Amino acid sequence: MHSHGKLSRRTVLQGMLLAAAASALPPLDTLAQEEKPGTRPIPSTGERLPAVGLGSWITFNVGNDPVLLAECTAVMEHFFQGGGRMIDSSPMYGSSQATIGHGLRQLGAVDQVFSTDKVWTSDADSGPAQIEESRAEWGVPRFDLLQVHNLVAWQAHLKTLFEMKEAGEVRYVGITTSHGRRHDRFERIMRNEPLDFVQLTYNVVDREAEQRLLPLARERGIGVIVNRPFQQGRLTERLASEPLPAWAEEVGAESWAQFILKFIISHPAVTCAIPATTRVDHVRENMAAIGPPLPDDAMRQRMAAYVRDL
Amino acid sequence: MSGVMSEWWTYRAEDFLLFSPRVYWRLIELHNQALWPWQLLALLLGVLILASMLRPRPWSDRLIAALLAAAWVFVAWNFLWQHYATINWAMVYVVPLFVLQALLLVGIGTLKGDLSMPARWSIPRILGIALFLHALLLHPLLPAYAGRSISTAEVFGIFPDPLAIATLGMLTAAIPRHRAWPLLVIPGLWCLLSWLTLDTMEVRGAWVPLLAVVAAIAGRLWPRAR
Repeated sequence: MHSHGKLSRRTVLQGMLLAAAASALPPLDTLAQEEKPGTRPIPSTGERLPAVGLGSWITFNVGNDPVLLAECTAVMEHFFQGGGRMIDSSPMYGSSQATIGHGLRQLGAVDQVFSTDKVWTSDADSGPAQIEESRAEWGVPRFDLLQVHNLVAWQAHLKTLFEMKEAGEVRYVGITTSHGRRHDRFERIMRNEPLDFVQLTYNVVDREAEQRLLPLARERGIGVIVNRPFQQGRLTERLASEPLPAWAEEVGAESWAQFILKFIISHPAVTCAIPATTRVDHVRENMAAIGPPLPDDAMRQRMAAYVRDL
Repeated sequence: MSGVMSEWWTYRAEDFLLFSPRVYWRLIELHNQALWPWQLLALLLGVLILASMLRPRPWSDRLIAALLAAAWVFVAWNFLWQHYATINWAMVYVVPLFVLQALLLVGIGTLKGDLSMPARWSIPRILGIALFLHALLLHPLLPAYAGRSISTAEVFGIFPDPLAIATLGMLTAAIPRHRAWPLLVIPGLWCLLSWLTLDTMEVRGAWVPLLAVVAAIAGRLWPRAR
């Protein structure tokens, strides 16, 4: 036991080592920005985002039902508590935007959310009005990310979105698809437009994006948002009757949902997966999946093969 | 073009379902709570129409069409527009069709008096009255068959499914048949849409609206008695 005011040789050596280590480290604010566990950089800016977000397709379309609105707010509360930021919606999703706006107001979380929405109208001229309606539903000053939903009228809408970005009315611009549709056209747009994000379907069984789109996103510096990670619940329902492999603990997966999410977000091109849920226990389970350990490439192949062979 | 066609084949019915079954049935339940006890008045009006179908009077044919038209407008405004549209934006496009159905009923049935209830029994009349009876009495009991709370009961005059089936019933029984055909289109289409919605939600008894359309078409195509 050392008394105060006296320095032992061990203490001095420890201090010297710590000082040496500290001098080799980046400043603390940079450390927080760059190394926060479970975050990924947005390729176009380096801004970091938690690798698991929150989708709202079907789950947040609850109309004016006060009980269901409260449930959705609770999901959002636990999502933010778990470190989540990106919430994704669309004017196509019924009352989901209004539900998100309700939750943000209740939680006072407008500053926490990475607001991600879409423009979805075949009438190119009505795009700006639709975006403004969406923004009002959310109650945010501006969207962080706006995407052209399912490539509907994509040329005109992308022009609008790039102009908005130039004017500082939106921070990032992207396009979306799902279910593996329109990948050829998607790829052409990725090659020719200065996109910040693409959103597509990818999971342990829907792996077509691995062939061209995910490598292209890395090559072009485009962030990737992954929708339908659980195939709208069908995948997790199908797997529910199967045991998790014993080696799942090597990647820290305690459930099939975590197994799938870890598979998705460990792909080097993926920025964020956006599972949707109505349940607090599920959102907590999802958020717990963003931390280490994550599978390496060999383990990812093993995970995919295991699910394929079930 | 081939790309578009091949893309459409990849869609499934559930890709178009915007809400979960829980949200849908809670919507029905909350609507019932908000309207109670007006369901009883709606049922009484339904009984009045049924009685007029069973024992037609000189004035009752025009009254039946007028009451049904009022129900189509009420359901369009009160349920589709004010409530269902909050979770299903497609209802914005359905509401005008419901109003058109009301106008057709008023125009052809009430103003022109071109729809009559037959007094003699026939296969179309039996099918038509059976459909109306189902809409009035059996349809609200479907939750018991489907394993849901009776608070999700869909009552004639309040909800679109029993209204559409009841209208199909009236039109299946009505004469002359060529006057009834144009009025069958919208309730028939609604029943098909409802069948697809309920079937996608895997609701037990989803086939009921589909069966109503089949029965109405069969009744209308049934050979005339010589």
